Amino acid sequence: MSTAPLRVAIVGAGPAGLYAATELLKRDDRAKVDLYERLPTPGGLARAGVSPDHAVRREVIEVYERLAMASGRYRFRGNVEIGRHLSPAELGAAYHAVIYASGAASDRRLGIPGEDLPGSHAATDFVAWYNAHPDAADRTFDLGGERAVVIGNGNVALDVARMLLLGPERLARTDVADHALQALRGSRVREVVILGRRGAAQAAFTAPELMELDLLDDIDVVVESAGDLATADLDFNRTLRMQRIGEYARRAAMGRPKRLVLRFLHSPVAIVGDDRVRGLRVVENRLLRREDGQWRAEPGDTVAEIATHLVFRAVGYRGAPIEGLPFDERRGVVPNERGRVSPGCYVTGWIKRGPSGVIGSNKVCAQETVRALLEDFRAARLDAPQHSPQQLERRLRERQPEVVDYRGWKAIDASERAAGLEQQRPRVRYSTVERMLRATRPAQNAS
Amino acid sequence: MAYVIVGSCVNDAACVDACPVDCIHPAPGEAAFSGTDMLYIDPDLCVDCNACAEACPIGAVMPAIKLPVEWQRYREINAAYAREHRR
Repeated sequence: MSTAPLRVAIVGAGPAGLYAATELLKRDDRAKVDLYERLPTPGGLARAGVSPDHAVRREVIEVYERLAMASGRYRFRGNVEIGRHLSPAELGAAYHAVIYASGAASDRRLGIPGEDLPGSHAATDFVAWYNAHPDAADRTFDLGGERAVVIGNGNVALDVARMLLLGPERLARTDVADHALQALRGSRVREVVILGRRGAAQAAFTAPELMELDLLDDIDVVVESAGDLATADLDFNRTLRMQRIGEYARRAAMGRPKRLVLRFLHSPVAIVGDDRVRGLRVVENRLLRREDGQWRAEPGDTVAEIATHLVFRAVGYRGAPIEGLPFDERRGVVPNERGRVSPGCYVTGWIKRGPSGVIGSNKVCAQETVRALLEDFRAARLDAPQHSPQQLERRLRERQPEVVDYRGWKAIDASERAAGLEQQRPRVRYSTVERMLRATRPAQNAS
Repeated sequence: MAYVIVGSCVNDAACVDACPVDCIHPAPGEAAFSGTDMLYIDPDLCVDCNACAEACPIGAVMPAIKLPVEWQRYREINAAYAREHRR
C-alpha cells in the first residue's frame, strides 16, 4: 500500500463540496484537497440560491471554508470548469479520487402548453438573477403586471414570492443584485399567487418560512382551497406547518397593500397568451389516497383562468449528466452506492441523492461519501496519481491563466463588502466574471 | 433559562456534536433527522453551557432571555418538540 498522502479533487464549491472537503481533511490528517469551482466564488446555492433576506444562512460556507484553510492542506481553484479547462479523465489521473458535488442546477419543467411563452420562467432563473449569478445577469422579467403566479409548494416558491413583494426599502438593506434592485424598484406586482396541486398538508414549505411571513406587516397572507386543515395524523414538523397555514386561513384579510395567496388543490393546465403570457389556466383537484398511503391529486372539471403576465415554475431542481459518469435520467442523479460510483470516483450532495433537504443535510451526505472513499483508500483500491500536482497545475494554467485561488476569492469578497459599505448594504454583489476578476488584480484596482 | 434554536437553523447539527447532555434533537442518525424543518433544544435538559451557540456556524442558537422579537415563538416550539419526543 502506498504511503503517499491521499490527494482528492472535489468538483463544485457549494455546501456539498465544502462539507466533503472539511470532512475529508478531518478524517485523514494527511489528505490534501483541491476544490474546483466553475465560478471565481465559492458557495454554490448558498451564495446564489439562498435569498438575500436570509443572508445569515450563507455564513455556513465561510465557517467551513475557514476550517478547511486552517488545515493547511486545502486549495480553492475557482474559475475552472471541469469538462472545459480540465477533463474528468485528466482530473481522475492526477488524484487518488475525485468527488463530484456539482449539484442539480437545472429546473424541472411543467410539460404544459405555453411554457415557453415570454413571461413564463423557471424560478431558478429568477433566483439566480436576483442573487447576481453571472449566468443570469442579463435576464429580464416583466414586472409591469399586478399579479404573478408561482407554481410549486416548496421554499423556493416562497423565496420568489417574498422577493417580489418585500419592496425596495427592505431589499435595499440586503445584498440583492443591483440590477434586480433597480428592476424591483419599478415593479407593479402587488399580488403573488402560489399554486399547489395538492392540499396544505402535503406542501413542502417549512414551518420557519411560513412563520416568517407573519412579520411582513404590509402583506396579507391569504389561504385558498387548503383542503383538510386537521393536524391529527401529522408529525411534529407537519403539525407546525399546518398550524401556521391554519392561522393564516382563519385570519380575515386586513386590507394591506400587498397579498400573498397560497392556493392549494389547483394544477396548471396551460399558460395562455399569443405573443406573451396573458394568463394561467388551472384545474381544481381533489385528493385521492393511494394504496401506499400517499395523497394523489386528481383533476376535476372546474377550470379557471388566472390573469397574469408573469409565471414562475418552482417544481424542483434537476441534476445534469457528468461526462464519463453513468446517469439516472429519471431521477436526475449519478447512480452510486453510499456515494461511491466506482473506486476513485464519488458523488455527494444533490447530484448524489437528488434535490432535497436543507444546507446542513449535505453534511451527513458528505460524511457517508467520505467514509466510502477512505475505505477504498485504506483497502488500496485507489490508483496513485499519475501526474504531480505541479504538472496538472501547469497544464491548467496553460488553458486558464486566471485561476482564482483562495486569496483571489477573498479579494473579491473584500471588494464586494467595501462597495457595500458605501451604500450601507452588507455587500454589492458582482454579477459578471469579468468584474470579479478585476477585483483579484490589485495593481489595476488601485486607480 | 435554556437555549433556543431559531428559524434560521439549516440542520448543520454542529450543535448536536457540541452538546454535553445530548438535549438537541433530532440528531443525525435518528430517523426524524432527514426530514426535519429544524433542530430543537429540550429546555428541561439544557445546562446553559453555551457550547451549542458557539458551535453554530450561523448563530441560530440563542439564550432564551435574549431572543429577538422575531424569534420569540421559537421558545415554545423548542419546548413543544421536547415534550413530544422525550424518551
